[in-house]
Amino acid sequence: MPDDGYLNVSRRGVLAGGVGSAALAQASILRAQQPMPGSQSGNEGPSTMRIRMTVNGTPQEVDLDTRTTLLDTLREHLKLTGTKKGCDHGQCGACTVMVNGQRINSCLSLAVQHEGDEVTTIEGLGTPDDLHPMQDAFVEHDGYQCGYCTPGQICSAVAVLEEIRSGIPSHVTDDLTGPMRPTEMEMRERMSGNICRCGAYSNIAEAMAQVAEA
Amino acid sequence: MRSFTYERAASPADAARAVAATQGAKFIAGGTNLLDLMKLEIERPTHLVDVQDLGLDAIEETEEGGLRIGTLVSNTALSAHPKVRRDYAVLTRAIQAGASGQLRNKATTGGNMLQRTRCSYFYDTNMPCNKRKPGDGCAAIRGSSRQLGVIGTSDSCIATYPGDMAVAMRVLDAVVETVKPDGTARSIPSAEFHRLWGDTPHVETVLEPGEIITHVRLPAPLGGRHFYSKVRDRRSYAFALVSVAAVIQSDGTGQVAFGGVAPRPWRLPEADAQLRNGAAAVVRTAFADARPTEDNKFKIPLAERTLAGILAEAKG
Ligand SMILES: Cc1cc2nc3c(=O)[nH]c(=O)nc-3n(C[C@H](O)[C@H](O)[C@H](O)COP(=O)(O)OP(=O)(O)OC[C@H]3O[C@@H](n4cnc5c(N)ncnc54)[C@H](O)[C@@H]3O)c2cc1C
Ligand code: SF4
Ligand code: FES
Ligand code: FES
Repeated sequence: MPDDGYLNVSRRGVLAGGVGSAALAQASILRAQQPMPGSQSGNEGPSTMRIRMTVNGTPQEVDLDTRTTLLDTLREHLKLTGTKKGCDHGQCGACTVMVNGQRINSCLSLAVQHEGDEVTTIEGLGTPDDLHPMQDAFVEHDGYQCGYCTPGQICSAVAVLEEIRSGIPSHVTDDLTGPMRPTEMEMRERMSGNICRCGAYSNIAEAMAQVAEA
Repeated sequence: MRSFTYERAASPADAARAVAATQGAKFIAGGTNLLDLMKLEIERPTHLVDVQDLGLDAIEETEEGGLRIGTLVSNTALSAHPKVRRDYAVLTRAIQAGASGQLRNKATTGGNMLQRTRCSYFYDTNMPCNKRKPGDGCAAIRGSSRQLGVIGTSDSCIATYPGDMAVAMRVLDAVVETVKPDGTARSIPSAEFHRLWGDTPHVETVLEPGEIITHVRLPAPLGGRHFYSKVRDRRSYAFALVSVAAVIQSDGTGQVAFGGVAPRPWRLPEADAQLRNGAAAVVRTAFADARPTEDNKFKIPLAERTLAGILAEAKG
């Protein structure tokens, strides 16, 4: 990987470099705020784009730094803080949302990748007065303790039942060509992308079983 | 994350040209590996060329009786395709053994082939790593190497290609189709796609700068019984310590490839030829040139036992 040279050194890198690099830090911050005119690309400064997407049925239009993840767009720009940030690296599932009907980790996706997409978050599944059946079942079965992983768990749980209905196999499916069934084993395997620090797993499985049987 | 500019390309050749024309440009497909590494500034692209609008999201039947998979087909869609489930079950099994439901919905066929190593020192920018920074040294060789490679590695880097799907692709003799920036197309057999990197571990595949994957082609089905066994530290949502992909015919012949052990899915024709002589004979042949570390030499007997399990099931 080529060395970027001192002019492109990141702000964090410069600050970490200590007092001796203060003048350089100043130069680098200025540089970050003023992209060079006419530059096509390069680490020259933030690049912004206008993004349109539909979130929970409402059309949204935002100007964003290209680096903004879908997760940060939802939480910081659209103030939909139901979706949580756990690891920010695809390892916990707290940020799970539905995009065009499929669950994804919103932390490992850029907003610019979602131009024109339909996003559904926990706020779009149900409301306190009109809960989604899965939200209802989580309440009934105590499918959480601290609740931090819960929005991601519920979005995933709703998607899992849909994935089983549409015949998508899993690691524990014996017969790949037969019908898929929402057994406890299937649901546990399919929910493995959602970690719960409080260990509410068995209650989550019970909540899902109740909705699957309904 | 470093800042970058972003565009969506309209055709594979446009995308290839756009990446070749801009210093530091990269393709982005699902982004599930690239963004992870960009957040850590291990990858620092100046420009991203998004390939999602290229119309490469279909699975077509080929004249030779196989399948041609567009690079943008998601891991979920590929594993669930009726023909893949029926005729290429090893592929469905391998994909479903990897990552999580959320990640498989986003991960693409080409992006999966190109996912980078999971060596923990590669991820830790405070440690020397030849793959991250050529000439920097390798922290793993004298460090903790339990997850790392036992064969095909070098004195510069002992990491592995970590993925599952490509191990099945190797058993099926898949072919990677690409387009270069000058518009020419080529087909790369999966046996040659990942390099044995020697003293250039930062160059992981034979792709040239700007060369874009458009499809992965599967030859006509092999028949037989299909297996993918993955051994890992937890039962789901973890990378392989060792994985074995195999297609076994009723006469005991077949194909076998190992994952989690080398810079590429590891398969040798002379090891395939030993399948009727049992797992020990296969593994002795496949791993004859192994150079494991004290930490990871367990992978060779583990590979043998994992294959033995498959062969027992194939007989039963
Ligand atoms: C927590 C976690 C767990 C995981 N567990 C597993 C696992 O157990 N098994 C497993 O196999 N994988 C696992 N993965 C990895 C996952 O499978 C990959 O991240 C995914 O397949 C990458 O696909 P993508 O489309 O998102 O690629 P991207 O991130 O978009 O791209 C990856 C690379 O490919 C390049 N690229 C993409 N498309 C093209 C193209 N058409 N032509 C040329 N270059 C291209 C990009 O420039 C980039 O360098 C895991 C990932 C995470 C985050
Ligand atoms: S094994 Fe390879 S990836 Fe890991 S530290 Fe050494 S050079 Fe880097
Ligand atoms: S915050 Fe996205 S997976 Fe953890
Ligand atoms: S309820 Fe606390 S993390 Fe799941």
